[in-house]
Amino acid sequence: MTRSDRRNLRNGLLFCSPWLIGLTVFVLYPIGASVYYSFCEYTILEPPQWIGLGNYADLARDEVFWKSVWNTAYYAVFALPLGMLLALSLALLLNSGVRGMSLYRTLFFLPSLVPMIALGVLWLWIFHGKYGILNELLRPITQTVGADPPVWLDNVHWSKPALIIAGLWTVGQPMIIYLAGLQDVPTELYEAAEIDGAGWFGKFRHVTLPMLSPVILFNLLMGIIWTLQIFAVPFVMVRDGRPARSAYFYAMYLYDCAFRYLQMGYASAMAWILFLIILGLTLLALKLTARHIYYRGEGR
Amino acid sequence: MRPRRATIRLLIHATLIAGAVVFLFPFFWLVSTSLKPIEQTMQLPAEWLPRVHYAEIDGERVKVVEQNENQLVAPEVVVRVEEGEKAGQKLRLQADDYRQGQALVEERRADEVRKLWRRATLIKQAPAGWFFVTEKFDRQARNREARWDILPADQIEERIQPQWFNYRVVLDPAFAAERDYVPFLFWRYLANTLTICILGVIGTVVSCSVVAYGLARIPWRGRNVLFILTLATMMVPFPVTMVPLYALYRKIGMVLDWPWIGTFKPLWVPFWFGSAFNIFLLRQFFKTIPTELSDAARIDGCSEWRIFWNVILPLSKPAITVVALFHFMWAWNDFMGPLIYLTDKRDFTLSLALQFFQSQQGGNEWHFLMAAATLMVLPVIVLFFFTQRTFIQGIATTGGKG
Repeated sequence: MTRSDRRNLRNGLLFCSPWLIGLTVFVLYPIGASVYYSFCEYTILEPPQWIGLGNYADLARDEVFWKSVWNTAYYAVFALPLGMLLALSLALLLNSGVRGMSLYRTLFFLPSLVPMIALGVLWLWIFHGKYGILNELLRPITQTVGADPPVWLDNVHWSKPALIIAGLWTVGQPMIIYLAGLQDVPTELYEAAEIDGAGWFGKFRHVTLPMLSPVILFNLLMGIIWTLQIFAVPFVMVRDGRPARSAYFYAMYLYDCAFRYLQMGYASAMAWILFLIILGLTLLALKLTARHIYYRGEGR
Repeated sequence: MRPRRATIRLLIHATLIAGAVVFLFPFFWLVSTSLKPIEQTMQLPAEWLPRVHYAEIDGERVKVVEQNENQLVAPEVVVRVEEGEKAGQKLRLQADDYRQGQALVEERRADEVRKLWRRATLIKQAPAGWFFVTEKFDRQARNREARWDILPADQIEERIQPQWFNYRVVLDPAFAAERDYVPFLFWRYLANTLTICILGVIGTVVSCSVVAYGLARIPWRGRNVLFILTLATMMVPFPVTMVPLYALYRKIGMVLDWPWIGTFKPLWVPFWFGSAFNIFLLRQFFKTIPTELSDAARIDGCSEWRIFWNVILPLSKPAITVVALFHFMWAWNDFMGPLIYLTDKRDFTLSLALQFFQSQQGGNEWHFLMAAATLMVLPVIVLFFFTQRTFIQGIATTGGKG
């Protein structure tokens, strides 16, 4: 080790020291402890008691757990593709060279700034079964077939769709990421495609999509992580996932186990299952898309 | 790829405008509801804009309130008190006949009745089309007595007018308490939220830029390991660390007699020790600054700290602004953190307070809820408009470099 190596090591460690502490105390230690707690009966009032796989075995038999898994899967299966499609469509429209693009972009992005709780309260009001504005707009339509519009959050079948719709309002972030990706596509490629006789769809299929594929993958991965952890919006809109727990999501049950029923070990086991699901889906997405992702050389 | 044909351009504009209307409509509804009197929030068909009705009674212009026919059971007349101690409450007037024009106010004191006189009630009777009964207390009336007139619909003046009173109720807890509304300590919640946001932002900016410098600009053994570890922990969802962190903070409070649960500390202290995502973001930015700059400074005998402080930081203002903005927005939004760690109502952040306010209301006073929600949304939108370019650039780069 030369003198400059040693100096660099000292300086590097010095500069990174806040994070070395932070990573250890606020990240690595909790991760380790969480693994341990997930094998324990832990009420936080008393020290954890080792019960082996007990929590996991209980979870397998816990109907509420499966209900929350089902609800979350249902939510993700619709919210994720619909959200990605909407974000991509908006980005494509914005990127079409129309005038006033930045104004439109701002307008479509604004909802994403709304704090989750404010968003929940607002959509709770919009979805109100009787006085909600959505139903007021729908009533003339549904009454042509002699029916009333759904009561949304108070109906077992409509509470999840309501949350999916509310979620679609906040596609601003992926939209901006798509838009940035679209703006990075070199125009020469489109020109070349045109010379080859490609139409609108041909250009989209053979230029836009491949060039955009890394961005799509990024949004997909972020989407998986966020939709599976949905918490604040249903917490305020459908506390306890009323009715019949039809909108009781994974993170809500996890929170309730930990801080309502003080079953911290049980909650930790749930957290690990969530992590493994996210990890599994991420790896699956990476594997399935590996052939289709096009990376330009070291761009930046 | 600018579309050439005018029809296609027109079609794209039409789609975008339609989309923008749909996207903006909830905002319109939020603000509109927040400025309505309560009876207009529960009215079918709904009013698009808040309205006020006036009538002239005995040569005096009086504000009248609309009541839904389904809320009113004859021969009772429900009156909402506008001013004084009982303001906001509903009183029920007993009457033999609407047309008779006299009634007793049930078990109410005379001075209350006197304060009531200005408020009249406008009743819609649906089956017979629209006709209105306007009812009013007489200033000179003897104790417990009320009197009313019948006015034809065309004598009712309707005007679009926001009811700022809703904001006063939400902003001024004393004002709300006087009127028996659930008080909302807006300024206190705002101060709490800002405290957590600002302490967190300072901590994040200071710690993450220092750490990112150490990871990006100093070649030392082990920095790649640390970087990969940092990236890997970004994958771990919050619920995994949630329980052990709670237990840790609780233990600090018990063992060291230095309470963390029920204070703001868990919500900002950890950020003084860096956070993976922001370190990653800044490291990527620092990497783009040419090494020649630091080499030149090094030859001039600058210490590593001087290079960081005088060379790199001034060049990184945009990236640091992005990190500061992201953390501010995140902390302003954060719900689960405050929900877990804050115990005293007076310590609540706006997010937590709004959720609590909603659950306390029992879901009827939508106009107040919307006013509170508007007050929570507004600062973020204002901040966004001032920092739009940086903000959007920041989001775009997070995707581009993933």
